[in-house]
Amino acid sequence: MIGFPILSLITFLPVLGMIIILFLKKEQTAVIKYTALAITALQVVLALVLLMNYNYSAAGVYEEKSFQFIEKFRWINITGISWLGTVKVDYFLGIDGLSMPMVILTALISFIATLSSWNINHSLKGYFALFLLLDTGMMGVFVSLDFFLFYIFWELMLLPMYFLIGIWGGPRKEYAAIKFFIYTLFGSVFMLLVMIGLYFSATETLADGSKVFTFNILQLMNSANYTADGILSSLNPNNMRFAAYIALFVGFAIKIPMFPFHTWLPDAHVEAPTPISVILAGVLLKMGTYGILRISYPVFPDVTKQLMWWIALFGVINIIYGALVALAQKDFKKLIAYSSVSHMGYVLLGMASLTSVGINGAIFQMFNHGTITAMLFLIVGVIYDRTHTRGLNDFGGLASQLPIYTGFVTVAFFAAIGLPSMSGFISEAFVFVGAFSIDAIRTLTIISTLGILLGAGYMLWTLQRIFFGPLNEKWANLKDLEFREYAMFIPLTIVIIFLGVYPSAMLNIMNTSVNSLVNLLSGNINITSISGF
Amino acid sequence: MSESLLINLSIIILFLPLAGFIKVVLFGKKFPKLYLLEVAIISIAFALSVFVMYSKLAYYNTKDIIGAFTWISTGNAPFSDVLNIELGIKIDNVTVIMLFVVNLISMLVHIYSIEYMRGDKRYTRYFSYLGIFTFSMLGIVLTHNLLMMYIFWELVGLSSYLLIGFWFEKKSAADAAKKAFIVNRIGDIGMFIGILILFTSYKTFTFDTIFAQIAAGNLPFGSSAWLTAAGILVFMGAVGKSAQFPLHVWLPDAMEGPTPVSALIHAATMVAAGVYLVTRIFVMLTADAMLVIAVVGAFTSLIAATIALTQNDIKKVLAYSTVSQLGYMIMSLGVGAYVFAFFHLVTHAFFKACLFLGSGSVIHSMHHEQDIRNMGGLKKKMPVTYWTFLISTIAISGVPLTSGFLSKDGILAGTLAFGKLTGHWLIPIIGFTVAALTAFYMFRLVILTFHGEPRDHHKFDHAHESPLVMIAPLAVLATLSIFIFYTPNPLSPDAGWFMSSWVKTPEQVTPVDTRFDFLKPSAENIHGGHHGEIVHSVLYTETMHWAHYPAMILSLVVAGLGILTAFMFYQWKKINVDKLIENKFTNALYRGSLNKWKIDEAYDATAINGTLQTGSGLSWFDQKIVDGAVNGSARLTRIVSKISGWFDTYAVDGFVNFTAFFSGFIGLSFRKLQTGKVQTYIVLVVFSVIILLLFFKPF
Repeated sequence: MIGFPILSLITFLPVLGMIIILFLKKEQTAVIKYTALAITALQVVLALVLLMNYNYSAAGVYEEKSFQFIEKFRWINITGISWLGTVKVDYFLGIDGLSMPMVILTALISFIATLSSWNINHSLKGYFALFLLLDTGMMGVFVSLDFFLFYIFWELMLLPMYFLIGIWGGPRKEYAAIKFFIYTLFGSVFMLLVMIGLYFSATETLADGSKVFTFNILQLMNSANYTADGILSSLNPNNMRFAAYIALFVGFAIKIPMFPFHTWLPDAHVEAPTPISVILAGVLLKMGTYGILRISYPVFPDVTKQLMWWIALFGVINIIYGALVALAQKDFKKLIAYSSVSHMGYVLLGMASLTSVGINGAIFQMFNHGTITAMLFLIVGVIYDRTHTRGLNDFGGLASQLPIYTGFVTVAFFAAIGLPSMSGFISEAFVFVGAFSIDAIRTLTIISTLGILLGAGYMLWTLQRIFFGPLNEKWANLKDLEFREYAMFIPLTIVIIFLGVYPSAMLNIMNTSVNSLVNLLSGNINITSISGF
Repeated sequence: MSESLLINLSIIILFLPLAGFIKVVLFGKKFPKLYLLEVAIISIAFALSVFVMYSKLAYYNTKDIIGAFTWISTGNAPFSDVLNIELGIKIDNVTVIMLFVVNLISMLVHIYSIEYMRGDKRYTRYFSYLGIFTFSMLGIVLTHNLLMMYIFWELVGLSSYLLIGFWFEKKSAADAAKKAFIVNRIGDIGMFIGILILFTSYKTFTFDTIFAQIAAGNLPFGSSAWLTAAGILVFMGAVGKSAQFPLHVWLPDAMEGPTPVSALIHAATMVAAGVYLVTRIFVMLTADAMLVIAVVGAFTSLIAATIALTQNDIKKVLAYSTVSQLGYMIMSLGVGAYVFAFFHLVTHAFFKACLFLGSGSVIHSMHHEQDIRNMGGLKKKMPVTYWTFLISTIAISGVPLTSGFLSKDGILAGTLAFGKLTGHWLIPIIGFTVAALTAFYMFRLVILTFHGEPRDHHKFDHAHESPLVMIAPLAVLATLSIFIFYTPNPLSPDAGWFMSSWVKTPEQVTPVDTRFDFLKPSAENIHGGHHGEIVHSVLYTETMHWAHYPAMILSLVVAGLGILTAFMFYQWKKINVDKLIENKFTNALYRGSLNKWKIDEAYDATAINGTLQTGSGLSWFDQKIVDGAVNGSARLTRIVSKISGWFDTYAVDGFVNFTAFFSGFIGLSFRKLQTGKVQTYIVLVVFSVIILLLFFKPF
């Protein structure tokens, strides 16, 4: 274990950067940029420190003592408001195999996104301040183990995102920003409802033996903690667990985004500046599926099992529907946005299997989608910077003009298609293996394999329209990649290929926790006997 | 020499070809002369594979050598399903022969390409792509499990994509590359589902473990129907890769790639990977699955042969001929003639590579002319190309003294025996018909290209024999089309080392009641010795004996007929072809064949167009309906908030507080936000938390 509160540091480091930037002058653009870059680079270093000190055999999930890098203290402690009783909220951070990949991903993608922010050319100070605040919000979601804290970080990330799209976005930025904001808020309201409902249904036992209501996610998983008449307690015959599950699920589903709640995504992506698209696709979407795995699944294992077929169904709809709609797009960025919808479907399908292989695949897919789609959006950004167009039919023959760029594009596209030797293949294969092994969703799995055909269809068609054929003379003076762009593409390429060849590097991180989660879901362990420390 | 040495050497052979690719990734075009390094590397790989083949056949003839390691393992917690994925190499006789074939042809193509591709602006990249291809193909050959097979299966797909689209400035080349990849993916999905069935049942991808489980009576999901399904689904991978009907359409288009690539990938090795896959899963095929395979193969060979009759592009004729011959191999596996299928794979690889490289030599010297109507008389100008081309043509036509005669005759005997044993006479009938057609169109090609008078004098005058590095590979490959390398008896392969000691039909592991009767071992021929020797009933052996001479005589007759007709048509002009074309009945057939039976057009109109239309339709649905609902509800909320605002302002009654909350809640979150004042949001959150706390408080 490490002697300092590393999770707080990795989470709030960007806020520190934000404060520094706020003290800088508007004109010091280079200093502002390099401050942001240094902060995100330091975050990557911290993520690596975490990785080096990471205990691969500690499960976490429901067991507090096997979480790692825990920080826990009483944050809000109001005793005796007449009818409310004691209100107690913990500042409770910790990571396990479900969150570790996401922490690494967030650090990596934030760093890459900072590099791609170099071309932002107005109000730099505000941009990077908000950008770093966003970073804190994302990281916070992945390290929080208290629902209240989780919720705060969840909402915290919303605000900078709204401004980053709304101010630095494209022509329809206001529309896209507001749509993103209201849609997510709509989901948050549901989440809030469930959170409060859970709070009043479960108690935790304090050191002095007294029982207080709790937001602690781990305590909420323990059915022994629920009060007999709690509205979300399974002991209560009139409980509303089923409805609460759906409400919470909708809150998360909007973020994924799951059909039919996905229409904010193409608009947000098309209008957002490149680095924000990278963050959005690379990290934000994962918060939805992460939330389901972190909260919905272990807190409501009973309902999860009832609804697995439906989760798989929506996964399959995402896969097929997203791919078919992508096929019809004429805007490069919109096409990638819909491909994102399709690829997130695999995450849902893998999760729905409730098997170790399937959930491993789902989390691995979250990570891989993060790196691969981030790269795809960077690719769109690079060509948009040079040509100021994203129309798929405006290009042609760029492969001979930009051979190195084309090389990276080929890597990213084939990674998205799920070519073996790249990371996406392993995660998709795991999802299929896991889902196929369950009788109830086997047919759905077979249908979903069509997604890998359609994926090849729209990706290769795009590759051809932009890069093959005779060179469009309009682009005869385009320059190939510059140093900064190499610095964005090379790390992602290395990660994608490394994890394709040696997937155990990532699977080993998550595997213990995933197995633990699966055991919890299948009722193999008796969580009621486990207590905190 | 130890077993581990052979494994280690195989690993070296596998990874050597990647060196060239890595070089290009790291250095780009900096060292243009380094293509020689790649030629040297592949030569070393070839030399090693000769050594491995010799060692295996001489010292471990009846033993399979396996080396494997655990790649992924997720089983370290109690109660959960354990997943162990192994990667590994299996070296048996089939493997080492394939290793030899792939490396030999790859080496010859490398050498040939030095001259053929000279002057191309992406010269270094070309050799690096050949390197990835060779690596991927060797992976398919060496694997001991289905997952690794699938991985390298996709990787050859990638290298095929890159090489077909090598001249991507041409739209046709880019189209062909995309088509090849996508059509292959259709087959791959089937293969993948087949693999999923097997994995779900046996928790392993390893061939031998799966087969052992099946042999022990442990069937997928407990039924032989699923076993049949798994077999057919995995076979779908072969349908794609080996260009079998209905997925054969990509291969003729793939001729857009450089001709040496067509020789290596789209004639000799990659397309044969499908056949190789079926030989790998042969033992788990039930009678039903085999029948499907036989029918697909037979139909493919027939339809491709009929198209090859009328094509005018020298490479297209060869491409359809390849499809047809691959159909032959697949059919042969379907009828249980395992050894002949693999034998034909090997002999075909040599003579078809020779034909393609020969056509490349012609195209090269004719300045990229591919239309045989503009050729003729090249025999005098290009004697080496002509003679090697002719020898290979004789071989593919199945004339005695050639390798093609031996393997083809074996396949035909197999189909004849199959017809007699099962009553499916249509399959041998198709087999012999295709033999006649093959002899005809191949000699048509030779006559139109090399014989007679030149039809384009300008191009003819410039034509010249190709340089040594191009004709030497032709000579090597043509030599390998002679019988002596396979058997001392030119009329029967049975006595040859290839058949008698190297490759044997493995024993089926399927439940006995799901096999063809002739594949059930009878008590009489269960000798001792290692498994895999007792394979079928005495009846089958007898029937094969019975079939031997009729098949040989019949195949000689049909091949002779085909060759004779070709000469009558094109050399001696005894029959006027043009008149035949004008005839009403034959004209319909001619046009059908010339237009490839319009299969591509049918796919375009149905599947492709259908998918694109669905995409557009759903895109409309997404924008207008799904997103329309979102925007509609936003609009509705604004109306509600206006009404409640009005209500708040004007209505005076006892519910003032409630109204204030409601309009505040709705109004703030939606109306105000629409004007962009997000700051109010914070207030809203705090506000709603309090409301909700009140709401939930259990009094």
